[in-house]
Order: sequence, then structure tokens, then C-alpha cells
Amino acid sequence: MTDTTAGELSRTRGDVPLVRALNVSKSFHGNEVLKGIDLDVHRGEVVCLLGPSGSGKTTFLRCINQLESIDGGRIWVDGDLVGYREVKGHLHHLNDKEIATQRRDIGMVFQRFNLFPHKTALENVIEAPLIVRGVARKEAQERGRRLLAQVGLADKPDAYPGQLSGGQQQRVAIARALAMDPKLMLFDEPTSALDPELVGEVLRVMRELADAGMTMIVVTHEMGFARDVADQVVFMDGGVVVEEGKPTEVLGNPQHERTRSFLRRMRSEHDTSLADDAARAAGTDADAPV
Amino acid sequence: MSVNSPDTTERPGAIDARPVPHPWRWVALAVILILVAMMISSFLTNERWGFSTALQIMNQTPVLEGLWKGTIVGTIGAMAIGVVGGVIIAIMRLSTNPVLRGVSFVYTWFFRGIPRLVLLAMIGSGIGFLYSELNFGVPFGQQLASLMGLSSDFTFFTLDVNQFSSTLLAGIIGLGLSEAAYMAEIARAGIISVDKGQNEAAQALGMSRGQAMRRIVLPQAMRVIVPPTGNETIAMVKDTSLLSAIPVITELFYQTRAIGTRTLQIMPSFVAVTAWYLLVGSVLMVGQYYLERRFGRGFTGKAPKDKRFARPAGMGGA
Ligand SMILES: Nc1ncnc2c1ncn2[C@@H]1O[C@H](COP(=O)(O)OP(=O)(O)O)[C@@H](O)[C@H]1O
Ligand SMILES: [Mg+2]
Repeated sequence: MTDTTAGELSRTRGDVPLVRALNVSKSFHGNEVLKGIDLDVHRGEVVCLLGPSGSGKTTFLRCINQLESIDGGRIWVDGDLVGYREVKGHLHHLNDKEIATQRRDIGMVFQRFNLFPHKTALENVIEAPLIVRGVARKEAQERGRRLLAQVGLADKPDAYPGQLSGGQQQRVAIARALAMDPKLMLFDEPTSALDPELVGEVLRVMRELADAGMTMIVVTHEMGFARDVADQVVFMDGGVVVEEGKPTEVLGNPQHERTRSFLRRMRSEHDTSLADDAARAAGTDADAPV
Repeated sequence: MSVNSPDTTERPGAIDARPVPHPWRWVALAVILILVAMMISSFLTNERWGFSTALQIMNQTPVLEGLWKGTIVGTIGAMAIGVVGGVIIAIMRLSTNPVLRGVSFVYTWFFRGIPRLVLLAMIGSGIGFLYSELNFGVPFGQQLASLMGLSSDFTFFTLDVNQFSSTLLAGIIGLGLSEAAYMAEIARAGIISVDKGQNEAAQALGMSRGQAMRRIVLPQAMRVIVPPTGNETIAMVKDTSLLSAIPVITELFYQTRAIGTRTLQIMPSFVAVTAWYLLVGSVLMVGQYYLERRFGRGFTGKAPKDKRFARPAGMGGA
């Protein structure tokens, strides 16, 4: 594993990756959840993070935009050290304002959407541009409507989250993150809380985003999406990266027993919904607006 | 039995069933009607109630002035200080800063611990006795100035405490400080009730802690905060009668009772003051209804009246 990582790093030296994580570790109350994660994500790349539940995928994503702080290692986003400033070889914690500034360029989509329930879809989307970036309301609204149209919700600007289906809510959440013009989008199992028939509409939006060149780190159990969209698949287990590489390598010809058994388990669980999978992989969905 | 049989040839139609009988509701209603009839009869036949005198007392200028200044302005002022102060103390209490947490704990401990009557009496007489004037300037400015032999003593503004401490404003501040301690607990419960994913989503969008609190968490916490705050407001209406401990006498109960005692119309004066308190309370209940609806946005399943849907029928998701 160490060899693979070193090889990866030497190959990519030269152009600075958008995200570089080196030896990232994190413990919760003495329970080591991340044990030295290395990861490079280049501009325009889509990285899919796979792994069994509890392997630290969510924690790693949260570390990238500082919803958790790391205990060891370093993370850089676009060349900036995340969470710290290095002065004369010493690290200094960034203050709240500086942390907020770093987060602006990173969009995050949560498993449970976390839309603001007291605001309409459009208000959700324009909130951050209005108060964080200070964009004029009219301009923000125009942009917000365009973003809602982009995720297929042109007719829902005035709906409250409670009046939308899960798939619609998640698409609003994606539009909300995009409204800040992020350089990087983080997705934490964006379709895991959805009814099966609503998964396709969200994956399609993500696929379009990837095609448009967005840099994305996606934690997902959707093998079809990983196979078709990812440039790099990373398999994590027990807080370490077990295996990484092209989707065809990791998914098609896994080298490690842990990867193989995980993929076997995923396949048998999804056997019953193979038809769904095929449909999703093909990018079609049952509920495209008519 | 053929009607109940599942293999009946006829397909069942609309349901026309008898409601469950509630005989005790009728009994209770009868008892209540009798009691109401007895009360009305007492109102009409027992002249000691003195309703017409009570109505006159309600309209006396000093009573109306007491109602306006002491009760209404007093309630609004004290609750304004209480709500704003309570939210600030609640946020301090939930802060990661141990100094702020400590300050808010001590504040709540102190102001929740002393009766409002005692607090107001103390503000009215005690503070002016301890500090006859308050100087606003550099801390220890006078000591510093004498040390350095300066003529100035770093005081920018002086307040005559004895003059101030017996005013309505002093009473409002006293009631407001006390209320803030209770409101802090209500606000804290409201803030805690908001899913922490909301705060995380706001911060992930680049909002500062303050922005996330103001724009995202507090508006949702209001749904939990408003109902008990309505309760607190109605309690405050009644507690403004304690202002007479300051002593501030432009206050509803003091004025009504004074008239009652002077004219020997004790019972009508009680009726008058009760009527005013009930009226003010009723208005507040209506206000609370609208506030609750305002802050229930997005939770009730119904859109507020002023929002219309572009295309309610075009459900694209299912
Ligand atoms: N806030 C937390 N406090 C304590 N333990 C946590 C916390 N968050 C995650 N963990 C633990 O860290 C481990 C990894 O969790 P997570 O990153 O959510 O894994 P995954 O997303 O891969 O399922 C789990 O064992 C989980 O119990
Ligand atoms: Mg997870």
C-alpha cells in the first residue's frame, strides 16, 4: 500500500493537486478512525470513496472542510494548508473567520440533505451568496433560478423542503452548494437516504456536474456510478486506504482480499436491484420529467 | 350474516356509520350550564359586584395611565430586554469559551434565585444608597488620576443614581434582567432542539458561527422558543404590578386599588383590574397565534398565505 501511494505521488509531482492529504489521522476519544490517509485529487477529477460502514469515509470528508479537526498529517486544498498557518516551522490554528473563508470554496452534500426547512428551495440556494459573498439579492435570485433549473427543479423555487421528495431535496442541496462556486464538491452518500426510485435523478445531476469538469470526492455505494464516472476509486477499510486506482482496476480486478469480499457483499446485496443498477448506470431514470 | 360475509356479491359502498356515543360529555355540559346560570344570576342580583362602578373605574385617567405606562410599556420593555438578554446568555451558555459559559451560569444563578419583588425593592432604594452616582469612564480612573496627579479623573459621563433608580425605566430594567435569566433557559432549549446538521450545513457554506446562529439556527429555534415566551409575557403583564415596590405608582393595580380604597369601592376596583388584565392577556394570545404561525414556516406542511406555488400540480419527483 505504501508503495502504491509513493508511486502515485511521484507520478503527480509537477502539477499541484487540488486536494492533497498526507498521512491524515484522526481519533475520537482514543478510537483511531483515520490511520494515515494519503490521497491526491487533481482538478476536474472525480474520486469515489468506497468502503464498509465505519471505515472512516464520512470522517475523512468532514476533515477536508473542517467539520472535524485532524490529529496528524496535513491536508491542502488548492495549495492552502487546511485549518492551519505555518509560520517559521510552527503551526498556528486558523481563527473562525479564516476557517469560514476556506470552507467557501468547498461544497458539501450531506446524506440527510440538511436543507434549511424554514426557507424555500430558492431561499436555500441564495442564502450563502447573499450573506457570505454579499451578492445583490436580484442577481442571487437569477443565479439561484438558473441553478434550480440545472438540477431539474425550475418549477419548485417556492416549495419548502418539507413539500419536496427526498430526491428533489438532495438536488436542491446540490444547487445550494453550487451557488458558492466551489472548486471542490464533497458528497457523503448522497443517495443512501433515498427511496430506490429517486436515486437516479440525483446521480444524473452528479454525472452532469462531473461532465462539466467539477472536481468531486464522492462517498457512495453506487457501483455503477463509480464504474462509469470516477477517474479514481479509493477503497477504505478500518481507517486506511486499502487499494486505489482506476475503476476498472479496483472494481474489475481487485488485488486485496478485503476489497474483493466487500465488492462481493455489495453485489449480493444489490442483486435484487440489478435492473435498477443497470438503468442508473445507463444514466436513464424512471422519473425524468415528462 | 350474509351482509358481513366476505363473499357477498355486492361491492361495499360509502361508509355510513354511527358515531361512538359520548354520554358524559352531555352530563358535563349540563353541569357547566347550571354553574354558568348561577353565576349570571349572581351578577344580576348581587349589587356588591358593582359592574357599572367597575366600568367607571376602568376608565379613570390614572388607571388608564397606569395601564399604559406601567403595564403595557413595562411589559414590552421588560420582555424586550428579557428576550434579547436571554438569547445572548443562552448563546454564551452554549459557547465553547469557558469564560462566557461561567458568566452566563452565574448570571442565571443570581437572577433566577432572587424574587422579583426583592430585586425591584433593592433597585429602588438599595443601589442609590450604595452608589449615589455612577461614573462612566476608565476603570479605576479616579485612583489612577490621583496617582498621576492629574486634574481629570477619566470620567466621561455621570449618572445620578438616586434620581434614576425610582423611575419606570429602572423598574423595566430590573424586570428585564430577571426575565433574561428565565428566557435564557427557554432559548437554550430552543437552540438545542435544532438538528446539528443545520449548523454544519451553514458552516459548510462558509457562514461564520454568528451568521449560522442568526440566519439558520435561531429562526428554527424560535418555533420552540415562541410558545413559552408567550407564557412568560403573560406572566410579565402580571408581574408589572410589582413595580410599586420601586416605587413606581403609575401602574395598573396600584392605581385601581387606590381609587377603590379612597372611594370605598373595593370590590368594583378588583373587578376593574381583573377585567383589564384579562383583556390585555386576550390580546396577547391573539398575537402569539400569529407569531407561532410565522415561525412555523416550512414545518406545518401548509405554505403561509402570502406564498404561492408556481405550479402546485406539477409534481416532478414521483
Ligand atoms: N463524532 C464522533 N464521535 C465518536 N466517534 C465517531 C464520531 N464520528 C464517527 N465516529 C466513529 O468513527 C468511525 C468511522 O465513522 P465514519 O467516518 O462515519 O465511517 P463511514 O462513513 O465510513 O461509515 C465509526 O466507528 C464511528 O463510530
Ligand atoms: Mg458515512
